[in-house]
Amino acid sequence: MTQPVLEARGLTKRYGRVVALDQADFELLPNEVLGVIGANGAGKSTLIKALCGAVIPDSGEILLEGKPVHFKSPLEARQAGIETVYQDLALSPALSIADNMFLGREIRKPGIVGDVFRRLDRTKMQKLARDALSDLGLLTIQNINQAVETLSGGQRQGVAVARAAAFGSRVIIMDEPTAALGVKESRRVLDLMGRLKAKGLPIVLISHNMPHVFEVADRIHIHRLGRRIAVINPKDFSMSDAVAIMTGAMKPPETLAAA
Amino acid sequence: MSQDASGSASAEKGLEGAASGVASFEDERPSLLRRVQHFFHQNPTMIPAIIFVVAIAVFGAVTSGRFFAPLNLSLILTQVTIIALLGTAQTLVIVTAGIDLSVGAIMVLSSIVMGKLAVDYGVPAPIALLAGMLCGLLCGAANGLLVTRLRLPPFIVTLGTWSIFGALVTLVSNAATIRKADIQANAPLLLQMGDRISLGAGPSGSAAGGPFLMYGSILMLGVAVVIWYMLSRTAFGRHVYAIGDDPNAARLAGIRVNRTLVMVYTLAGLLCGIAAWVLIGRVGAVSPLGNQTANLDAITAVVIGGTSLFGGRGSIVGTLFGALIVGVFDSGLSLTGVDPLWRQLTTGALIIIAVSIDQWIRRISS
Repeated sequence: MTQPVLEARGLTKRYGRVVALDQADFELLPNEVLGVIGANGAGKSTLIKALCGAVIPDSGEILLEGKPVHFKSPLEARQAGIETVYQDLALSPALSIADNMFLGREIRKPGIVGDVFRRLDRTKMQKLARDALSDLGLLTIQNINQAVETLSGGQRQGVAVARAAAFGSRVIIMDEPTAALGVKESRRVLDLMGRLKAKGLPIVLISHNMPHVFEVADRIHIHRLGRRIAVINPKDFSMSDAVAIMTGAMKPPETLAAA
Repeated sequence: MSQDASGSASAEKGLEGAASGVASFEDERPSLLRRVQHFFHQNPTMIPAIIFVVAIAVFGAVTSGRFFAPLNLSLILTQVTIIALLGTAQTLVIVTAGIDLSVGAIMVLSSIVMGKLAVDYGVPAPIALLAGMLCGLLCGAANGLLVTRLRLPPFIVTLGTWSIFGALVTLVSNAATIRKADIQANAPLLLQMGDRISLGAGPSGSAAGGPFLMYGSILMLGVAVVIWYMLSRTAFGRHVYAIGDDPNAARLAGIRVNRTLVMVYTLAGLLCGIAAWVLIGRVGAVSPLGNQTANLDAITAVVIGGTSLFGGRGSIVGTLFGALIVGVFDSGLSLTGVDPLWRQLTTGALIIIAVSIDQWIRRISS
């Protein structure tokens, strides 16, 4: 069996008396798009937050390429190569595209100017930001120094995805990337995911949009009542089956339920 | 695959022939107003700069040039020096979407520490100055820790510390003023920042009444350059803006939000401590009285300078313009012989106009 890139075993997280994660497992294989679906309150957000360091699980372990990791902050997860595109994008509206892409990991000028006077290397960051955008075919965003708030929703999403793609070396997690977008923009984002996958990056896609998940996912992780109840192949199941499993109307397939 | 998928596919068929650029921009020509809005959005400092230029032009014309007398310009710069220094500190805090009501109190407390140590306790003047600045720094750190550790709103924290530092001023000073003669005899260095460099002869031919530059103004400009550099050219500055913009996004981007906030308030406190040195020279004494509204004057300068009270945008250059605009209106209106009440009224109107413009510019994204 291939070694999962990112794996979680028996994750548990309680908020007071509410159990958000109940012995949840998770497994992301190399070079796949893994869809994660689940009803509201099923705990998929908590699961994803645990994987990207935004939530510290009470128990259970997370393995990155087979090695246990303990993220205490999103920064640590990022340093380990896990990039997350958050639902609300986590961009700073008033800062420029380039500033946003390098927020929290700015590049300083070489030599004394950078080391002592801490001067930023704007030219270099702008060039890298432009490269990252053109890598994903987003170069039509022309002015890299434009404030993010002047961009449309789809363009912002593009910036957030490009940021993740530029720095994510191991895993990219996308939380509801199409939720706030129109039909056209959604299509672009799905295309972007295809391009990221072609670059060899495994992607975790959390979404309520079944057609989108079924279109791009190689496998679908179904979350219910705080745990993974099934992993299905979208080619073998219909969307209504998936929804039925997700809501408990249908029993999860025996063999896969144990996976 | 099921019918749902084909349903989605058919919905997307409508996309065929649609524009295919991922992020192409609308080509429609925006209206003039829209372009003006966009221009100010990208160059926020232009608004105070324009107000400043228009104001001096108008006052120059109305006073038939008396406004531009070198002495008058020197006086304006001298008058705005302290407010500009406190405004620089205030800008740092306001850009993080916070506010520091205690800047004036910190400044006065620091000046009392300097004067007490140097005059009453005979501490060498340079050490007394450093101790005073350290006092400002610690006051600022206290603000920052209260804001981040207790998660209290900055307004409430600094409203409280404003009173506390104000009370400390009275306690430490015993409500007594240290007179200029005593300072001059024991620690003339404390008065240094009020000294003036003559830039030319006055009407009588001697340096008296001629244009001058106060040492404190030079110090203020130096401080402003350093803070401007920090805000606009370093990662720290980017983080300060990002926190004011959206603290959650900043946290997710890996910025240590609380640490940066504590640094901001501490730095603001240190700047108030530096302003204390200028204050002693400017007043010519160490007094526990006065400067009750210095905090509000500093906020006024920051707001008129185009820095948003909602955080995330603003600049030191804008604040300098803001302080100068207030100084220019004060001076210009008094030269034209207008009742001082009108000056106060004008300042109030300027604040409201500045904030309205800020709101308008912010709406650009919608």
